[in-house]
Amino acid sequence: MTKYLFYPGCSMDASARAYNDSLMAIRDPLGLELEEIQDWNCCGATEYLGISVTPAYALISRNLALASKQANGSHTVVASCSACYLNLTKADHHMAKQPDMGERVNQALSAGGLHYTPGSLQIRHLLDVIVNDVGLDHVKSKVVKPLQGLRVAPYLGCMIPRPDYSGRLSDHEYPNELDRLLRALGAEVIDFPLKTACCGGHIPQISPATAFDLLRRLISAAAQYNADMMVTVCPMCQLNLDAYQGEMNRFFNTKYHMPVVFFTQLVGLAFGFDAAKLGFGKELVNPRPALEKIGVEVPQPEETKARQKKVKKTGLPMPVMPGDEEVSE
Amino acid sequence: MTTASLETQTQGLENPHLSFLEEVSEATAGESRLDMCIQCGTCGGSCPSGADMDHTPRQLFAMIRAGMREEVLRSNTPWMCVSCYYCTVRCPQEIQITDVMYTLKNMAIQSKLFKEATAPDFSQTFIGMVENFGRSFELGLASVHYLKHFPLRLPGMMPMIVGLLSRKRIVLAPHRIEGMDQLKTILARAKELEGQS
Repeated sequence: MTKYLFYPGCSMDASARAYNDSLMAIRDPLGLELEEIQDWNCCGATEYLGISVTPAYALISRNLALASKQANGSHTVVASCSACYLNLTKADHHMAKQPDMGERVNQALSAGGLHYTPGSLQIRHLLDVIVNDVGLDHVKSKVVKPLQGLRVAPYLGCMIPRPDYSGRLSDHEYPNELDRLLRALGAEVIDFPLKTACCGGHIPQISPATAFDLLRRLISAAAQYNADMMVTVCPMCQLNLDAYQGEMNRFFNTKYHMPVVFFTQLVGLAFGFDAAKLGFGKELVNPRPALEKIGVEVPQPEETKARQKKVKKTGLPMPVMPGDEEVSE
Repeated sequence: MTTASLETQTQGLENPHLSFLEEVSEATAGESRLDMCIQCGTCGGSCPSGADMDHTPRQLFAMIRAGMREEVLRSNTPWMCVSCYYCTVRCPQEIQITDVMYTLKNMAIQSKLFKEATAPDFSQTFIGMVENFGRSFELGLASVHYLKHFPLRLPGMMPMIVGLLSRKRIVLAPHRIEGMDQLKTILARAKELEGQS
């Protein structure tokens, strides 16, 4: 067992509960000992940085200070959310590179009896830890139910590969870590050209038309590659692609049905865990048909009263939007 | 005009607007390298939300250089930035563009120069929750924000809201961290240091 200080971030207990459930299931077979940072606080996402510099970095750094105090035997912080991961690395990076800023942040921390020495912790994303520390050989050795026949689009989004201050991934725009991991699970992995394109982050709350356009780009590309599902490493990407897919479909009058799951859920399936233990059933876009293909039983989600809008049959040859042919009746 | 004569010409001029560029650079976390911009446009060409910006980042940097403070701070460009960092990793001059966008948001809020309140309100509501609980609180945030800015979207969003609630993906009550007093003290000191208390 290798020990890590774990920073879950706010969404793991809420919208990304499936990520949390599946991670908790697979940590033992992966040999990961995750010790949660006691009383961690929100990293401020992409919001605080745009309001005020020192408070934003002080907010992030309280977590780093707590982690280094707690650090019994481990100096590696692992974050499961990409935005949290980036913010933690960002604070560490800027405090180290700009000593006067580091000084100011530490002055603020000292008001609460805390201190953080930049560079004293290594901050990693869960994907990086699984691929590079645990290793794909170990992952392969634990696979009891290869995901043969499942066609997946690996989707990383932005904040792990970019800016990637300490160069942990193989590339800023076309990294292969997630592809290799999914291939080790036996899945059929699409060489997905938009694997690091943006899901929009907070933009559905600001400019919906912009957001829907970004979501359609990703979902239509995955559909055109005949992906059974998209696989993400980030709670924000999953929420945007999964929860806003319905609103996006109404906006463009399309009928895409592209399930979006967390990579840890697929690791769990390949390791032979029950789908219900891995948070399946929490998606808004049901992955059941896709998983039935490989003989996985998924718990039926509590159905909502959401009605599917029917396309009017005009009898005339009408232009077809990409995705119309994806309808599963 | 030869390069040499252009240089003599600009050297002689006092540039009264230079200070805005310096001001933006100073206020940016990390080294902005904003003065290194060669106006190549890689940033705008890489931007996923560029089409909805009133000025591309390249234009905005030229405007910063020209000292067009008010126009820059009124621009929707920083507010449309999705923090994807494509521009940052592609910039041949290694300008920390995303961090500069954060700076411009700070400055626009400070001088109340933003044109449209949706994005600044979202950030401030989000942070309000964090400053009170130490964690984000999506239900509170979404209720306040959507009722104020997108009431007409709510009917269409009902399937999603019901779906997330029934799958327990929305937490009904905020989680307050134990060290809330400590966090408040830290943030108060940080605001003092920032000159914003």
